Amino acid sequence: MERPAWAPRSIDISVPSVSRIYDYYLGGSHNFEVDREAARKAMEFMPGLPKIMQANRAFMRRAVRFAVDEGVTQFLDIGSGIPTFGNVHEVAQAARPGARVVYVDHDPVAVAHSEAVLAGNDAADVLAADLRKPREILSSPQVERLIDLNRPVALLLVAILHFVEDEDDPYGAVAELSEALAPGSLLLLTHASYEGAPLLQQQAEGAVDVYKDIRNPLIMRSRDEITRFFEGYDMVEPGLVPMPHWRPETAPEDEDPYAFSGFAGVGRKA
Amino acid sequence: MNAQPDGPEDRLRRFAAIWSRAVFPLTSTSSTRPEFEKQLLPLAERLSKALVAPAFDAEEGRAVGAALVSAHCTDPEALSRSLDCVDAYLSLYCGGDGDAETLRMRSARLQHAMAAGYAQALRERTLAEQEAIAQAALRAQGVVAQALHASEARFRAVFEGAAIGIAIADLEGNILQVNGALVRMFGGAEQTLRGRNVKQWTHAEDAPQVWRLYEELVRGEREHYHVEKAFYRPDGTVLWTNLTVSLLRDADGAPQYQLALMEDTTERRLLNLRLRYEATHDALTGLPNRTLFFERLEKVLGAGEGQRFGLCYLDLDGFKTINDSLGHAAGDRLLVEVADRLQSCATAPGEMVARLGGDEFVALTTGPDTQREVDELAARIMNALSAPVRIDGRELTVRGSIGIVEGPAGERSAAEVLRSADITMYRAKSAGGNRFELADPEADARAITRHGLTTALPAALERGEFFIEYQPLVHLGDGSVRGAEALVRWLHPQHGVLGPDRFIPLAEHTGLIVPLGRWVLEQSVRQARAWRERNADAGPFRINVNLSPCQLTHPGLVQDTVEILERAGVQPDALCLEVTESALIGADDDLLKPLRRLAEMGVDIALDDFGTGYSNLANLRRLPVSILKLDRSFTQSMQRFPADPVDLKIVEGIVSLAHSLDLTVTVEGVETGAQAEQLRILGCDTAQGWYYARPGPPERLHELALVDATG
Repeated sequence: MERPAWAPRSIDISVPSVSRIYDYYLGGSHNFEVDREAARKAMEFMPGLPKIMQANRAFMRRAVRFAVDEGVTQFLDIGSGIPTFGNVHEVAQAARPGARVVYVDHDPVAVAHSEAVLAGNDAADVLAADLRKPREILSSPQVERLIDLNRPVALLLVAILHFVEDEDDPYGAVAELSEALAPGSLLLLTHASYEGAPLLQQQAEGAVDVYKDIRNPLIMRSRDEITRFFEGYDMVEPGLVPMPHWRPETAPEDEDPYAFSGFAGVGRKA
Repeated sequence: MNAQPDGPEDRLRRFAAIWSRAVFPLTSTSSTRPEFEKQLLPLAERLSKALVAPAFDAEEGRAVGAALVSAHCTDPEALSRSLDCVDAYLSLYCGGDGDAETLRMRSARLQHAMAAGYAQALRERTLAEQEAIAQAALRAQGVVAQALHASEARFRAVFEGAAIGIAIADLEGNILQVNGALVRMFGGAEQTLRGRNVKQWTHAEDAPQVWRLYEELVRGEREHYHVEKAFYRPDGTVLWTNLTVSLLRDADGAPQYQLALMEDTTERRLLNLRLRYEATHDALTGLPNRTLFFERLEKVLGAGEGQRFGLCYLDLDGFKTINDSLGHAAGDRLLVEVADRLQSCATAPGEMVARLGGDEFVALTTGPDTQREVDELAARIMNALSAPVRIDGRELTVRGSIGIVEGPAGERSAAEVLRSADITMYRAKSAGGNRFELADPEADARAITRHGLTTALPAALERGEFFIEYQPLVHLGDGSVRGAEALVRWLHPQHGVLGPDRFIPLAEHTGLIVPLGRWVLEQSVRQARAWRERNADAGPFRINVNLSPCQLTHPGLVQDTVEILERAGVQPDALCLEVTESALIGADDDLLKPLRRLAEMGVDIALDDFGTGYSNLANLRRLPVSILKLDRSFTQSMQRFPADPVDLKIVEGIVSLAHSLDLTVTVEGVETGAQAEQLRILGCDTAQGWYYARPGPPERLHELALVDATG
């Protein structure tokens, strides 16, 4: 009764967490051996996984800067995780001091870590909530305090939707969030896919199985399926593309082949 | 930096470019390679300066190694490649014209320092991040634990503070935990509950399914059940509860505990019982009341084959007199005494006494042998009533009439049985009271018809079920039709045409005779006018209408009659009201006054059925009567031939007497021509009977009159 919806019955750090695995891929040490073990196992199938994560971070950095250039200075980053550097508030506040950021994650350890990182940053906050329950996010005190929903917001769904299974209605969740956003808001999204990966699908499936084993199944979606998340948005050039192709700052051909796995895109709410 | 081609600055940048190209793929930074190169440039500069500084300081290498870690080059391979770069290109691009051996030595020293600085920084960063994530995990756990604690505390508060009793037991029935409310329900001693087993909580009044449901639940075949259940408190008193038991399963769905929620319904149950008692018992005598009696009777009548019932329906004789003369308080005390005596008569199992209301009581006996028992029961009751009741120093004799109904179950409804008993009781009462009678289907049927007709009368008048037939009155002298008697009939929807003898007494009894009589009078007077209009020349034509005793005493008689005549525009002399001799026997002046008034107006008054009562001939003089109607009993004897000479003498005498009193004489029941002739000779004035015409519709009479006029 009254247990916060996000709070698990207990926190078991002997179970791998996707956000700590993500941190490991990005060279961080905010992880435990179980996380590294799972990460190494997945990398046996897809050695370039860290490059995919890095490409995600690089896309996010470019997209956040793009948003600031577009005049959007409020960010709602759902599935923010634990990464060490290159976080949205760092990028956004470097580009526009005072830019407001609310992080959302359903991993209580990630949330606790973010709280420590954000201590003293009045313009950024973190919230423990689940993408599958948009109402809780939108009506949270953090969003209430920092985000003015009457003005455009940049909604970041970076490397998260591929952890939401169809039966949990990810399209409905995105639609509900989008509904609350003012016109001109931006949806910044990346999603894993078999399309574009420089290896056989069977091999990639080995990595997918690892996530299944740690009870965080990775849902690979096609480009068309990913496009559907942008319903109600006009795609910003160049549309939904492999990450390195989204408004690159350096020649995409210099990128690691793995960076082309999955898709990234930005939409503007009509 | 505006570098001259191949100047020192250009060479430094080329070194940084080589370095960044070597290391960038190993970083996990989100920066671009040019940005990364820009980060490396100051590091390259520091190395370059240290390489050629007049006073060599290898510590610069440490700082650069540490800075690599800050630039997120946390992969040790990045250090390796960095050292390769420094080793191969630092002296080459940044050594200037320094001594080659010195440069090689300094470069090596810088590399050692870089490695040490890198290792130290990476170690510190790793430790810091491990510390941070461990702290985060701890804090997260703390938050969860706190939430759990708060939630558990709330649950505990709910558990302890709940007004409802809560008990948790394992699947073997061992009680693990009980809350305060439950302890209080059981009388306050917790140790008597904890550690006990649920299965000891049996109670004599447990519904048969209670323990079957329990077994199903603990076997995991049922998630919960809800029953009304009684428990023994340690002090022996009873606790009644609404009990809900639920099965608690563990995370894998295996049955683990049972949870009982109990609501104390003892008070409510007592209140219900009291209300139920009050609703089913008579407040005065404490006997079961009509409601409870009917419940019981219905149950008895619904019992299986072979079961019989016997019912005594008692009504006290003359109770109203006692009530009226001694007051209600005395009447009530008498009823209480009677109730006590009755109760002592019906003490066997299956016997019951109830008060239906007023002074009506019933005693019921059931079983296979009620034929004998009910008679004995009635006899016991009569016997119990025989001793006088002492109230206010008076000895009151109590008498009662009992109607007995006995029979097999399953044939009649409770209402039917009670009606039969009621009818039978009245039979006992009209037979003089202080006795019992046994129900008799025929008597019931008669009474039921009587009863049915009585209740149907008012509606019948409204629905126009009554009609009038007319029987002509013929002048014996010339055979002309001089009038007709109006005879009311009831066209009953079920029973067909009923004569006045069937319903006039009932109408008299209920008072309906007044409106019915008025209706008959109206119809007849209207008919009289119609005849008079048609046969204006046929001489005086009169309509005879019967007045019942009840109408006679009705205060509106004179006024009603006058109004009816006036409204119809009929002269009073066209109307003759027939009053029975018996109604006028002993009549005082008050009773005669209305008749006298009517007679004065010109309405004829006939004395009907003359000769059937104890006719006081002397009385005739003071009655406002102008016609005598001889009862048919006189004419009946004249049907025989030769007629009884005594009868002839009597009739002759009466006629002579009547004529001397200026009364005309009408005879009824004339059926033969010989009779008619005889009566004419005896001096009778008018006659009526089948010889002339049976009662019929007004048209028939009209035809008759025409025949008579033309004949």
